[in-house]
Amino acid sequence: MQNVYLLSVLLIPLLTAITILFLWGKVVAQKIVGAISSILYLFAAIMLFNQALTSGMAIENVGNWPIGFGIVLVVDQLSAIFLMLCAILSVVAFWYGSSFIESKASLSIFLPVYFFLLFGLSGAFMAGDIFNLYVWFEVMLVSSFVLFTIGASRSQLEASLKYVTINVVSSALFLIGIGILYGLTGTLNMAMLGKLLPELQNQTLATVGASFFLISFGIKAAIFPLFFWLPATYHTAPIGFTALVVALLTKVGIYSLIRFFTIIYPLQGTPIQPILLVLAAFTMVVGVFGAAAQTDFRRILSFHIVSQIGYMIMGIAIYTPLAIAGALFFVVHNVLVKTNLFFIAGLVGKLFGTYKLKELGGIMQKLPFVAILFAISAFSLTGIPPLTGFWGKYLLAKGGFETGNTLITIVTAVSLGVSLLTLFSMTKIWNEAFWKPFPNICGDLEPSTNFRSILKAYPGMLVSIFVLTAIILVISFFPNSSIEWCMSAAENIINRDMYINGILQHN
Amino acid sequence: MEIILSILTGLLFAAGLFLMLHKGMVKLILGIMMLSYATNLFIFIVARITRGLPAIIPRNQDVLANSFADPVSQALILTAIVIGFGIQAFAIVLIKRVYAATGTTNMDELNKTDNLE
Repeated sequence: MQNVYLLSVLLIPLLTAITILFLWGKVVAQKIVGAISSILYLFAAIMLFNQALTSGMAIENVGNWPIGFGIVLVVDQLSAIFLMLCAILSVVAFWYGSSFIESKASLSIFLPVYFFLLFGLSGAFMAGDIFNLYVWFEVMLVSSFVLFTIGASRSQLEASLKYVTINVVSSALFLIGIGILYGLTGTLNMAMLGKLLPELQNQTLATVGASFFLISFGIKAAIFPLFFWLPATYHTAPIGFTALVVALLTKVGIYSLIRFFTIIYPLQGTPIQPILLVLAAFTMVVGVFGAAAQTDFRRILSFHIVSQIGYMIMGIAIYTPLAIAGALFFVVHNVLVKTNLFFIAGLVGKLFGTYKLKELGGIMQKLPFVAILFAISAFSLTGIPPLTGFWGKYLLAKGGFETGNTLITIVTAVSLGVSLLTLFSMTKIWNEAFWKPFPNICGDLEPSTNFRSILKAYPGMLVSIFVLTAIILVISFFPNSSIEWCMSAAENIINRDMYINGILQHN
Repeated sequence: MEIILSILTGLLFAAGLFLMLHKGMVKLILGIMMLSYATNLFIFIVARITRGLPAIIPRNQDVLANSFADPVSQALILTAIVIGFGIQAFAIVLIKRVYAATGTTNMDELNKTDNLE
């Protein structure tokens, strides 16, 4: 029996991308096809999520080869959470992008590539085979290269050259890691690797292989010494094009780290665990100080991603079910809140024509609703109760302090200190862009700009910001079910037997 | 044979990384190419080198009785070559556009996006 929803999560974006390519130049038709498919994609993802929750796992053995020889697509609860996030984001980012981008030529490129990116993302989240994961990574990366270069302004091209280069290096390291593991075990299947790798005589070589994966995924996730490409890249392209990339690309790195260091190479007690903990602390601290030094709306937000990645890495490195659940909840929180902040930054940039904090001002008086939307997300990012960031940080801190390990306790304490600094840089944006009087350095808003005129000019942008804020508020005030899902996913992934046996005994 | 190929792979990695760290833009592309060739060779070697033993089952047998060259690693390399080719093509077009926009091939001058304002 074929799993319809699992396959449709892959096929909907692929078929949409191809259909939209055939409608080249007919922007209205492209938009309609895209809007319908993103809703269908969300529906398929919800059904798949439900399936993973009730039965634990959905497996599709592509090509009907015996397990371990062919490619398997697996959706367990971990994948389901990421796919669900990806689906929600794909709908709002589609609305936002198609309303943000005004040039017809850019839209014609943006729309098909957007769905190829979605295709790569969904594939990466359900790959059950490490080489297959590499291939999905490349699908995703090539699409993101195109999205970063649409418009081809000087800073975009400069940034893309660095972005392409660092990703080529990361992919090469990933392939070397795959080569080492394949040479050691003779298999590429994640479940099979998870079974064979701990029984291996040559654990040193397994650790060498794992460190290649750590570096490669670390570059993707932007962890401490490998994050420099992110703040140099993310602020260059208009946010309408890159919303999905900015929201989810680093999270694919996090997903792969969680998957690799639980199922394939369990982190507990290995030499990599303390390294990862220290890197997490540095990532948090360096990211937040980097953000504090910036004076541009989007650059502050970009640097902040690095700091938040540190929290997720910390959750993985603590390696208890509670901490991993905290990391997962933090991913959910961060994807929604960060994307919303970028969306608001994009709207402010669109209205005022600048992102420099020096030139912005007075948004509180002119457009109070934008200020309120920003405040909700900014408070949530800093972790003020009862908003989502608080729950994520609470789970992580509880998980960290419960272990009683000295290093873990220190890193967790650092993470709490970093929260205060996060508040500082959010206050900086608030003071400069929203509260201080308008400095009259560059052109002011049209005097007639108000809620209604923005809704008329950019309906998709405004609706997507409101929808994301609503989702953030719902998760903030009713966090029970999301925390339960994260807990259940974390327990399943940490008791590796369920995943491994589930796949190996699948027929 | 393994030893010669291993040394060659190591040299290719070294040359690739050296060229990528060079400030010339064309050398960057050459570095990207060498790095991907090096990884392909690496996968080829770790899957053990066998000579004259294709993975083809003879007509009167059901399974391969003797050792044979691993077809999986060859399939991996083939996929990696195709993907690498696509990335290289994109990178070549990209440096052409970067040169057109900035008028320089010196990578050290492309630091605008990192500067604080």
